[in-house]
Amino acid sequence: MEFGPIWRALQRNKTSYVLIALQIAVTMAIMVNAINIIQERSEQMARPSGVDEANIFYLTSNIFDPEADVEAQIASDLDAMRNFPGVVDAIASNSVPLSGSGWSEGIRLEPDPNLESTGIGVFFADDHGINTFGLNLVAGRNFDPAEITWHDYESDTWPPLAIMTRAMVEELWPDEPYENAVGKTVFVHRTKPVQIIGVTERMQAAWNSWSGVERSMLVPEWRGSSFSRYVIRTEPGRRDEVMPQLEEMLAARFDNRIVRSVRTMEETRERSYLLDSSMVSILTFIVIVLTAITGLGIVGLASFSVARRTKQIGTRRALGATRPAILRYFMLENFLISTVGVVGGAIIAVGLNMWMVEAFGLQRIAWYLIPGAMLTLWFVGQVAVLGPARRATTVPPALATRSV
Amino acid sequence: MFRYYLKLGLFSIRKNPVLSSLMVAAIAVGIGACMTILNIDYVMSGNPIPHRSDVLYHVQVDSWDPNDPYEDPDLPPEQVTYLDGHALWQAQAARRQVLSYKSSRVVQPAGDDERPFAALTRSTTSDFFAMFDTPFLYGGGWDASADNNEDYVVVIGREVNERVFGGRDSVGETIVLNNQPYRVMGVMDAWEPLPKFYDVNNGPFEEVEELFIPFSVSIANEMGSAGNTSCWKPAEGGWEGRLASECIWMQLWVELHGEREKEAYLAFLDGYAESQKAAGRFPRPVNNRLNNVTEWMDDREVVAEDVNVLLGIAVLFLIVCLLNTIGLLLAKVARRTGDISLRRALGASRRAVFAQYIVEAGMIGAAGGVLGIGMTWLGLQGIRGLYGELDFIARLVAMDWPIIFMAVGLAIVAALAAALYPTWRACRVHPASQLKAL
Repeated sequence: MEFGPIWRALQRNKTSYVLIALQIAVTMAIMVNAINIIQERSEQMARPSGVDEANIFYLTSNIFDPEADVEAQIASDLDAMRNFPGVVDAIASNSVPLSGSGWSEGIRLEPDPNLESTGIGVFFADDHGINTFGLNLVAGRNFDPAEITWHDYESDTWPPLAIMTRAMVEELWPDEPYENAVGKTVFVHRTKPVQIIGVTERMQAAWNSWSGVERSMLVPEWRGSSFSRYVIRTEPGRRDEVMPQLEEMLAARFDNRIVRSVRTMEETRERSYLLDSSMVSILTFIVIVLTAITGLGIVGLASFSVARRTKQIGTRRALGATRPAILRYFMLENFLISTVGVVGGAIIAVGLNMWMVEAFGLQRIAWYLIPGAMLTLWFVGQVAVLGPARRATTVPPALATRSV
Repeated sequence: MFRYYLKLGLFSIRKNPVLSSLMVAAIAVGIGACMTILNIDYVMSGNPIPHRSDVLYHVQVDSWDPNDPYEDPDLPPEQVTYLDGHALWQAQAARRQVLSYKSSRVVQPAGDDERPFAALTRSTTSDFFAMFDTPFLYGGGWDASADNNEDYVVVIGREVNERVFGGRDSVGETIVLNNQPYRVMGVMDAWEPLPKFYDVNNGPFEEVEELFIPFSVSIANEMGSAGNTSCWKPAEGGWEGRLASECIWMQLWVELHGEREKEAYLAFLDGYAESQKAAGRFPRPVNNRLNNVTEWMDDREVVAEDVNVLLGIAVLFLIVCLLNTIGLLLAKVARRTGDISLRRALGASRRAVFAQYIVEAGMIGAAGGVLGIGMTWLGLQGIRGLYGELDFIARLVAMDWPIIFMAVGLAIVAALAAALYPTWRACRVHPASQLKAL
């Protein structure tokens, strides 16, 4: 092949080619690391919350009258919502998955405050909780209506029952099948016993970036305060129609409160992952623009190289080189430059990743990203050089005989 | 001569329109990407209160769990309990001190057609306004006697004043919050400290509250926090139990001038911690901190990590664009060695050739910079579109003048730096060396 002569010709005008190889290398380093971040974020965003996201919305009822009978008002609201056309079920809770604000507690296997505790997200609910969130109960049973307590503001009691997620019980007893957790007793608030009566397949806590996001529990209680969050599940497809009607209905029921922050579960997911999804968009944009700039740079440089060598090309053609031979020359030349670039790029990419793992706690790059990016940039280089190389083939052999 | 070089440069740029626009575009895109991220970083890491940032100190005392530090490595809690906050505020051991927390009220406008609405509220002590130098449209804050007498007074934000009083000077008038009448002491003008330094626990880029009420009044009315609350030990029941608990939910700031006052206050805090230990609280070793505004912002890592990652990537991006420009300029010079050697043979000095090409590169850089401002604007609009749902983003993507000048400056410097090597190569061309070929 012609590697030898091409390589030696490259040496004569090293700087330009070193620059373009360097450009390819840095482009590849950015490409690989950006795609790594994109992958990481996409995986996080793909995790299901475990609730019926498409049909759930929620709102805040803010009772501002200090004299109001909050318990009676919540009970009456729940009754009205559950009988509202289009509503499947409703509860008064404190939060919903992924909302960013919620309640957490530490769970211990023994009532000893010196033991390590396992953090868990808390959702208060009554016996309608499982149906309202659309959870899948995989072991044990639901709460009984008689087990729901009204939390008196002046007391510091904690309900003795809970339904936990499978991820939580597997965290507590890693060596046992999750079904065995039913009936066991754990401790909250240091010494207060809680019996696990059921296990749900999945329900994420309120914070998507928390390492324990898959750990949560339903607690059979209504907590009275001036702020209540009502979670409502509608019949499939009727959410958008029911939402304003229900808000209007609730607003009209009592003068001493305002209804606000009406939001769907879908919006909550979007907001929760907004920083991640935007990061994905920005990085995707950067990778595309960067590849385009590098491609255009190759086009520019190759055009110059062709223009400068017009005479030599003419001479080669006059000496019998065919058009494909000229084309091959420029393609091969680009291939050599790209190879230097992508090999350097692989090294920079791994180095950059090692630094990002250290500094920002990002994940390591998947092995296939490196060969993938190499192939992509080889391909981009070949496509970019095609135009100028084709122009080179049109140089007439007779040019060699002219002086300019 | 300079004008002549400008003319020559323009001519040369026009001779290679595609290549020249490619260089300009590459610089513009690189500058645009870099500046967009830098702009956000600049706003996020800005000093929210430059003239007072070195006299305002955030107070931390370690009241946390004996078994676990609040935060590794052994940091005290980022907020204070009611017990500590109130005791330290009452001691008045600094020039000024402000204790506050975030809550929420429902505003009930007079007149039947206006519906009640919720408003974010800061329950705070009287020094807040003077310490943080808040701007007022009408009136002002309340004085210390209102704190002690639990007076129902309020400072309202501009928007609330607009909504309830139609924007008039409402000082002295009455506004109803949660069924209770308050007297308006002042109307705050637009105030946007970025970051919201006095309470970064609840979102460092959140808007300033719309209502300011005496701390003592909120406590008497049992108004809980609407911000983050953390407890290492469960609170006893009821409001009294909450106040007596080890839960942290308040922010304490003090004003101290100079090292001596700071030392004295730290000594006072240590004494306080020892007295609490004697009373059976503070199970951890004494660990008190005073951070001024900028130290506290750094400590809380207000600048989002994503922005730092993006900044790194944007800088590399600019490097790629510059490499691109250097490569293209080199190629251009290589092609024009004939012209250069002709000029040299006709008597042009190396310096003259150098000047000619550096002017040309500077022109390309300036064009890239101007276009880069447009790109930055587009980039910021794009970011605003992406994050539109977060209210604070609009406050982060405002372009400001220093950034614009920096964009153009950076572009020209970048282009000149990129041009340096090719230009040096150009002036090394020997006179007459290429003439033979012509």
